[in-house]
Amino acid sequence: MDIFIVKNPGALTTIQDLGRFGFLDRGVPPSGALDSSACRIANLLVGNQENMGVLEITVMGPILEAMEAADIAIAGAEMGMTINKTPVPAWRSLRIKKGDVIRIPLAEKGCRAYLAVNGGFAAPVVMGSRSTFVRAGFGGFQGRALVKGDILKKGKAALLEQPLLLPSEFIPEYPKELVLAAIPGPQEGSFKGALDLFFTARYEVTAQSDRMGYRLRGPLIEHDPDAPQSIITEPVVPGNIQIPADGQPIILLVEQTTGGYSKIATVITADLKKVAQALPGNIVIFAQTSIEEAHRLYREEERRLEKIRALLSLPRLQTVFF
Amino acid sequence: MSGDRALLVDYGEGIALSVNEKVLAISSLLRHNPPQGVQAVVPAYRSFAIIYDPLLTEPDILKREISSIENYHNHALRPEAQLVSIPVRYGDEWGPDIAIVSAHTGLKTEEIIQLHSSREYPVYMIGFTPGFCYLGGMDERLKTPRRETPRVSIPAGSVGIAEMQTGMYPVESPGGWQIIGKTPLRLFAPERENPFLYKAGDRIRFEPISANEFDRIYKKEHS
Repeated sequence: MDIFIVKNPGALTTIQDLGRFGFLDRGVPPSGALDSSACRIANLLVGNQENMGVLEITVMGPILEAMEAADIAIAGAEMGMTINKTPVPAWRSLRIKKGDVIRIPLAEKGCRAYLAVNGGFAAPVVMGSRSTFVRAGFGGFQGRALVKGDILKKGKAALLEQPLLLPSEFIPEYPKELVLAAIPGPQEGSFKGALDLFFTARYEVTAQSDRMGYRLRGPLIEHDPDAPQSIITEPVVPGNIQIPADGQPIILLVEQTTGGYSKIATVITADLKKVAQALPGNIVIFAQTSIEEAHRLYREEERRLEKIRALLSLPRLQTVFF
Repeated sequence: MSGDRALLVDYGEGIALSVNEKVLAISSLLRHNPPQGVQAVVPAYRSFAIIYDPLLTEPDILKREISSIENYHNHALRPEAQLVSIPVRYGDEWGPDIAIVSAHTGLKTEEIIQLHSSREYPVYMIGFTPGFCYLGGMDERLKTPRRETPRVSIPAGSVGIAEMQTGMYPVESPGGWQIIGKTPLRLFAPERENPFLYKAGDRIRFEPISANEFDRIYKKEHS
């Protein structure tokens, strides 16, 4: 059913879910919400499955006019959302009615917010996902970012019996200086002389940062004199930090499957959501960690989501999980 | 190790068909019989990545699985390969860099077309964009460096040369390869049941076609 008419699309608003898998060997990247945690929580807050379509809103948000009553929730970056010009809280469900105007002005803290609607934003499932891959022009809303006049559809679902809200202890902070845990490799052997510098330096996030990768500016990371300057193209994964010839690190994200630059280290999965929320001008510091620690944090993150899932299910299921 | 969710396995330093065949054979065995917790296997020239769920498995278990498959591979069959024929209109507006290849190699346009379309190329890997294929085994006489300044936009279907590689751009994208021709086929069509025409390990042969033939196939593919 039609749910929103786009009055103003914002800077870059796309439909995303948790990603497109199964075609990495054919050059099709995962795409999906950059901050998958905020995407999952936004969906849970309106009673959705975690993998339903949401709007990923970047830096400057859209103005949407509701065409039906619905439950919505926004999670992620703090963007000062209003309904009919009245400020409304994030990280909780909100009932809207036909004719309401939702404004999501500007990211104050964090970079990306996720707007979910009960029933999920509808879009054709292309190769297993509703995620938009703008560069190749498919998925999501006609393979592109939203523009003025688009009419968004949602899946059928009942309205919530009572509002859902996330307890404040689960709401993340978005500091201007972020510490990203990273595991050296896969080509750390080409940077023996630069590893110490890399793990102590402060890098600035540049404006040349997008869903494909975050470009950083800071101390020059040089290849060892005897190491090759590049490698034979090989698979890459989100979090890989590649060092091109200019010595400025790039954190790869979700829109690339292979690459030919050497990778000094890889941001751990649990910290990728921090990268997703970094704004140009923010400072990044890499902290060396081990794979065991990375896996421990990964499990901790999953347990945290499990807890949220259980908490948000309470009003409807009347079941105590823990 | 490539972070906390991927194991990277490589079998050599250079680009060689024998190494690539081993990569593809083992990737194929892993994909058809994935160990618990394996979410994807991504082959490249001389390496492959195994993407895993850390909740379900751990790197040491996967390393053991891979070594047992490597041993088994000695007796295993290679994955089934197709021969895919790709019609190409060479030169003119379809292949604007054919003059550069001609100036660099000293070959006439007809010789370039003849040399490029007279052999079967193994698909070494797919990456960069959906369906972008890196083909091996090009005639050395065609070797031409990349463009000094990459183009901002190369149309879908373009056939290019970069050093000893040749390949195709299935979606419009930036790129630095020398474009010598264009296929009217849709190499990547996400709405198609099978969005791709080929996979790593297949072989590709280019068939020169006339401008009329190009238009006829193009209309059929894009209707």
